[in-house]
Amino acid sequence: MADWLTPEAWQAVRLSLWVAVWATVCSLPVAIAVAWLLARRAFWGKQVLNGLVHLPLILPPVVTGYVLLVTFGKRGLVGPALADIGVVFSFRWTGAALAAAVMGFPLMVRAIRLSIEAVDLRLEDAARTLGASGAWVFATVTLPLALPGVLAGAVLGFAKALGEFGATITFVSAIPGETQTLPSAIYAALQVPGQDAVVARMVAVSVVLAMGALVASELLARTLRRRIEGRDA
Amino acid sequence: MLEVAINHRFGSFDLDVDFAAPAGLTAIFGQSGAGKSSIINAVAGLLRADNARICLNGVDLARLPVHLRRVGYVFQEARLFPHLSVRGNLGYGRWFRKGGLEFDRVVGILGLEALLWRRPAGLSGGEKQRVAIARALLSNPQILLMDEPLSALDGARKAEILPYLERLRDEAGLPILYVSHAVAEVARLATTLVVIEAGRVLRAGPAAEVMGDPAMAQAMGLREAGALIAARVVEHAADGLSHLQTTGGIVVLPRVAAAVGAEVRLRIPAQDVMIALSHPQDISALNVLAATILSIRRGEGPGAIVSLDLGGERLLARVTQRSVEALKLAVGMQVYAVLKSVALAQGDIGS
Repeated sequence: MADWLTPEAWQAVRLSLWVAVWATVCSLPVAIAVAWLLARRAFWGKQVLNGLVHLPLILPPVVTGYVLLVTFGKRGLVGPALADIGVVFSFRWTGAALAAAVMGFPLMVRAIRLSIEAVDLRLEDAARTLGASGAWVFATVTLPLALPGVLAGAVLGFAKALGEFGATITFVSAIPGETQTLPSAIYAALQVPGQDAVVARMVAVSVVLAMGALVASELLARTLRRRIEGRDA
Repeated sequence: MLEVAINHRFGSFDLDVDFAAPAGLTAIFGQSGAGKSSIINAVAGLLRADNARICLNGVDLARLPVHLRRVGYVFQEARLFPHLSVRGNLGYGRWFRKGGLEFDRVVGILGLEALLWRRPAGLSGGEKQRVAIARALLSNPQILLMDEPLSALDGARKAEILPYLERLRDEAGLPILYVSHAVAEVARLATTLVVIEAGRVLRAGPAAEVMGDPAMAQAMGLREAGALIAARVVEHAADGLSHLQTTGGIVVLPRVAAAVGAEVRLRIPAQDVMIALSHPQDISALNVLAATILSIRRGEGPGAIVSLDLGGERLLARVTQRSVEALKLAVGMQVYAVLKSVALAQGDIGS
């Protein structure tokens, strides 16, 4: 089984999963907060925020990667300052995770925003009359009821992070073992003649991972929804 | 004691009300769109009124955010949290406001023992509303707000919940603000009645006084208007009838569910009261009371509302203007009121 894929390819698979998990876990709280702001609050600059969130979805990925490079790179806008406190993104797996998070962010926010908007405001009002402050209403009513959508958003973001290519390779290149994720490895293998079998297998792994994430989230969402809609067990 | 003064403009509708709600149940009565729900939403803080002063026991609630007002709000639709069990719903408010009524006692008053582990989605409409009432009570409120809590329910479910509401009014010791457009409900539950029309208070006062005011007959709805009079159960006769003492004499009703000596309130719809100049003989009606005409109020149509004095209590009769002419009815005349129907409006109202 272990030699079904080359050690380099296995390394790329492990790195991809590692990067995608970190990207998802770190961006989820931010995505929930932004989605809540967009769904429930009216404020000056709301459309600007909405546009910014969606930017990575419509920009060419190479542009997003370039923006990350000039912002977080070694000689970027905030890169050196962050390096001083020990946070380095350039040519590290952390940079790959940042690129993946940024690219998946709009997908997450969209899904979570829709599910928050679907939560009945009248239930939130009822919670307020029962003594819950704004934060408690969110934690005990809005978030639990929006959970299936939050989960869907997280899975979308995770799948996007697994597959992210353009922004990652522009920002942190494709250093085997550090920033060469599965898509980069597939692309690199394609450049070498006679690697068809290796490419096909890595592509298969890619498909299985994405499908696996989707199926798992679907099952989990169904269970959650049943619990929320609360038929008697 | 709750004192409410609210001023709010929504587009072309102007809400401007000012009234006081003493202990007991204060019903806010009016047709749809009169502004009733806006009033209690402003008391709860869910509506931010342009100007509001809502004084409860000397504190102005209008200055507090919703979650600190300590109101227990029962909505028209129960609004139970679908992701929590009945027990979870009941405990929700206790998380934030400890103290107040005992959990088991409220569960007992509302008969929820068997439902605690169920989910809201599996409950009937009446059960949901009982859970909603208990949830509001258990959040340690200083006032209970109810927005047509029975209007979404059918007759049988209403009958199931009304006794619980009466117990609340009499036992929980909380002031209750109750929005309704159903006269029967108001007659049965209200201690104080506030009649709202087009965003203004038409009349506010003790329920019996307001319902007995002929000027209110139009606002209450002519079919439904009718006086409330106090009575005391004196005897349960062997033939299944009960005898009740009123200020105008003995009234006979099909057996009432109250003990001898109990003080009750009777509702006598104005359209079920006939007026006779002499004591009618050979008539099937059992209830004929001597009365004096206090006022005659002619309506715009062919009808008139005659207000009668029953030795202190007021009775309303709805007759035609033609009858007023034919009988030459006039203020101060001694007449007989023939009651075609009398209903027990409120059970033991205590002493």
